[in-house]
Amino acid sequence: MPRVEPDAAGEPVGLLADTVPFSWVDGPGNRFAVFLQGCNLDCLACHNPHTIPRRTPLARPVTVEQLLDEVRRVAPFLSGVTVSGGEATLQAPFVAAWFAALRDDPTTARLTRFVDSNGCADDVTWDLLLPVTDGVMLDLKALDVATHRELTGLGNAQVLDSLDRLVAEQRLAEVRLLVVPGYNDSADVLRRTGAYVARHAPGVPVRVIGFRPHGVRAAARHIPAPTPDERTAYGTWVAESVGPELVTVV
Amino acid sequence: MPEFRDRARTLVDSPALTYRQRVQALAGLAEESLDPPKVSAECADALASGLVCDLAEGHAPYRPRYLLPDYARALERGSEFLGLAAPTDLYEAVAFLLSMYSQVPSITGYPVYLGDVDRLLEPYAADVDDETLTKLLRLMWVTIDRTLPDAFTHANLGPDDTRVGRTVLALERELLQTVPNLTLRVDATRTPDSLLLDAVRTVFACGKPHFVNHAMMTADLGPDYGVVSCYNSLKVGGGSHTLVRLNLAESARRHDGDVESYLATTLPAHVALNAELMAARITSLVEEARFFEHSWLVDEGLLSLDRFSAMFGVYGLAEAADRLVARSGGTGRYGHDADATAVGWRIVERAAELVSRTPLPYCEGNGGVAFLHSQSGIDSDLGVTAGTRIPIGDEPPLLEHLLAVAPNHRHFASGVSDIVQFDDTATRNPQAVVDVIRGAMATGMRDVTFNLDSNDFIRITGYLVRKSDLARLEATGQARHGSDVLAAGSVANSHVTARAVKRVISSESAPRVTG
Repeated sequence: MPRVEPDAAGEPVGLLADTVPFSWVDGPGNRFAVFLQGCNLDCLACHNPHTIPRRTPLARPVTVEQLLDEVRRVAPFLSGVTVSGGEATLQAPFVAAWFAALRDDPTTARLTRFVDSNGCADDVTWDLLLPVTDGVMLDLKALDVATHRELTGLGNAQVLDSLDRLVAEQRLAEVRLLVVPGYNDSADVLRRTGAYVARHAPGVPVRVIGFRPHGVRAAARHIPAPTPDERTAYGTWVAESVGPELVTVV
Repeated sequence: MPEFRDRARTLVDSPALTYRQRVQALAGLAEESLDPPKVSAECADALASGLVCDLAEGHAPYRPRYLLPDYARALERGSEFLGLAAPTDLYEAVAFLLSMYSQVPSITGYPVYLGDVDRLLEPYAADVDDETLTKLLRLMWVTIDRTLPDAFTHANLGPDDTRVGRTVLALERELLQTVPNLTLRVDATRTPDSLLLDAVRTVFACGKPHFVNHAMMTADLGPDYGVVSCYNSLKVGGGSHTLVRLNLAESARRHDGDVESYLATTLPAHVALNAELMAARITSLVEEARFFEHSWLVDEGLLSLDRFSAMFGVYGLAEAADRLVARSGGTGRYGHDADATAVGWRIVERAAELVSRTPLPYCEGNGGVAFLHSQSGIDSDLGVTAGTRIPIGDEPPLLEHLLAVAPNHRHFASGVSDIVQFDDTATRNPQAVVDVIRGAMATGMRDVTFNLDSNDFIRITGYLVRKSDLARLEATGQARHGSDVLAAGSVANSHVTARAVKRVISSESAPRVTG
C-alpha cells in the first residue's frame, strides 16, 4: 500500500533523495528528474543504494508547492518531469498531488509527467497515479521469477501485472531491462524476455542497459561490466522479437 | 624599409602558406606600411598597450570589415557588373551566387556572408526533383569550401522549414566540411521541432549550425538581417565598417577603486577611447578610401551606406568582474557566484548605455551609434576570456551556465556567443538539446552554440576547425584553410580544447545526496 505522510495541515509531503533540473536520460527530451527516497526492492545491482532506506536524515522533505516552484523556474527548458527513486510509486499520494499541481499550473501544464518504476505497485497505487501520468518507464529486472528474487529480493508477479495494466491504459512509455552478467544475460533469457515484451507490450520501446559497477554496493563490485560487443549482443537478442527500431542499448 | 623587405621576403618564402595566403599576407604588409588613421596620443597608447584592439584590421581600411550584400535583390535583377541576367532556374541561380561570392570583399578577403541560402534558392528548387537538388547543392557546397577556404564564410538558414534547408543540413552531415559556417534562425512558432531536431543531429555530426533567436534579432535589426563570420548579426544590404574591441580585463586592471567608481569613471573613459579609434577608422574607410563610391555592390543597390554601422566589441568580462569583486574584498567568480555574476551584468549594461550615447560617423544603420558586440576572441588572446563568456574549462552545470549568461544577451544586437559543450549522452536524446535551445531563447538568449566533445569539429573562438586538420598542420606545416592557421595558435594559447564538458547526470549514477 502507498505510504501517506501528511504534514500538519494534511498536505502530502514528499521525501526526496535529490533533484536534477536537467536530465537527458530519464525519458524523452530534457526533464526535471526527482529521485524519491525509499525503495521496496533491494537490488544487488542498484546504482543508488543510499536511496533504498525509507528514512534517512540525508533525505529532504518537500511540499507539493515547493517542488512545483522548483519546476516553474526551469519550465521553459523542459519537455517534462520524471519521478524516479528509490521507488516513485511508494510515495504515490505525493506524486499524484504534485502531478496534478503541475497539470493545473499554466507555466507547467504543457510538460509531460513520467514515472520511472520497478513495477512493484498495486492497483490502488496505479488508480491514484495514472489519471495524472502521461507515461511510465517500467523496469523488468528479470523475466524468470527465481532470478528476479535473486536480483531484487522479491518475485515479479506484480511487475508483470503492472506491465499489462500500463499497456491496457496506454501509459507504458518504455520497458527497461538491466542486464547483469551471470544473472540474466544469456541469449536464451534475453530472447525469451524480448518475446514476452513483444507479446505483452507490442510497439513499446525497450531500453537495454548493460550493468555498470559504478556506484553499486560492495557485494556487487565483483560483477564485471559487459563489453560493448556483449551489450550489442544483448540488444540483438532482444530485438529479434521486439524489432530493432524499438530497441536502444546503453 | 629593411624590416619591411625582410618581412616581405619571409612571407614570399614561407613554406606554411599557400600561394593565395602569401598574396593576402603581402597585401597586409603593404597596408601596414601606411600610416594608421590619426587618433589622439591617449587613444594610440590604448591601442599600443592592449586596452583597445583593432583586431589587426590594417592601417588603411579599404573595405568594410563585414558586408552583407542583398543577394535576393541581385538574383531578382541580375547584375551588370557580373554580366549575368537574372537566373531563371536553379542551375543558373547556383552559378550566379557562386560567381557573385567571388566578387564580394570583407576583412578576410573572402565573403563572410553567403546569404540565407534556403530563402534565396527555394523558389528555384520547386522545379527540380530531390536527387537533382541534392546534387546541385552538394556541388555548390563543395565549391564554396574549395574556393572560399575560410571558416568565417557564413551561410544562414531558417526560420521556416524548406526543402533547400533540409538538403543543406543533410549535406553538412555528409560532407563534414568546416566551410561554410552555418546559422539556423529559430522562431518559437515558425521553426518546427522536426527541423530543429534535424539541425541538432547535424551539430552532432559537424558542430554546425549555430542557433539564433529570430524574434530578438528582428526586434533589434529588422526582418532583413544576417549572421556572418563568428556570430556577428548585422543588417542585410549593410554591414559593419569596423570592429574595435575594448579589453574589459585590462580596463578593470587599470582601475583603482570599487565597482561603482569603475562604472562612473574608468569605464566611460575607456569606452570613449575605443569609440575614438572606431570613428577614425570609419572616416578613413568612407572619406579617404571611399569604398562606398567605388563598389559595384553599392552601384547596383546591393549595399547602401545607410544600412551600415560599426561594432563596438567587448571581451574579458569574466576577469573584469572578478577583479572588481576582489578589489572590494570579495572572492566570488563570474559565472559561479551570484554577486560576481551580477557585477558582470552591470558592466555590460553600463557599456551598452555608454555606447548607445556615443555618436559615430556613418552609422545610420543603427541610428548613428555602434552596435555592442560580445567579441569571441582571437588566437593571440592570453589569459583573457572571450567576450562575456565564463572562462573555458570552468563552466558551471548547464542550467547555471545559461542563467548566468542569458541576461547579457539583450544588450548585444550584433551578436554574443556562449559555447556549450556536451558529451555523447546528448546524441541519444536530441530532443533534449532542442528543449534547451527553445528554453534558452524563451529566457532571453540571442545566440546558442554547441560543441560535442566526441566529434572531429571544434569551435575555436566562433569558427570551426577539424581536429584532424590541426594535426595535419602540425605535422606538415600547411593548411588549405587560412582559419586553421589561426586555430592552431588559439589551441596553443587558450586551452579551448579544455572547455568543460556538460556531463548530464544519469539516473544510473545519480542521485548524489547533497543533504
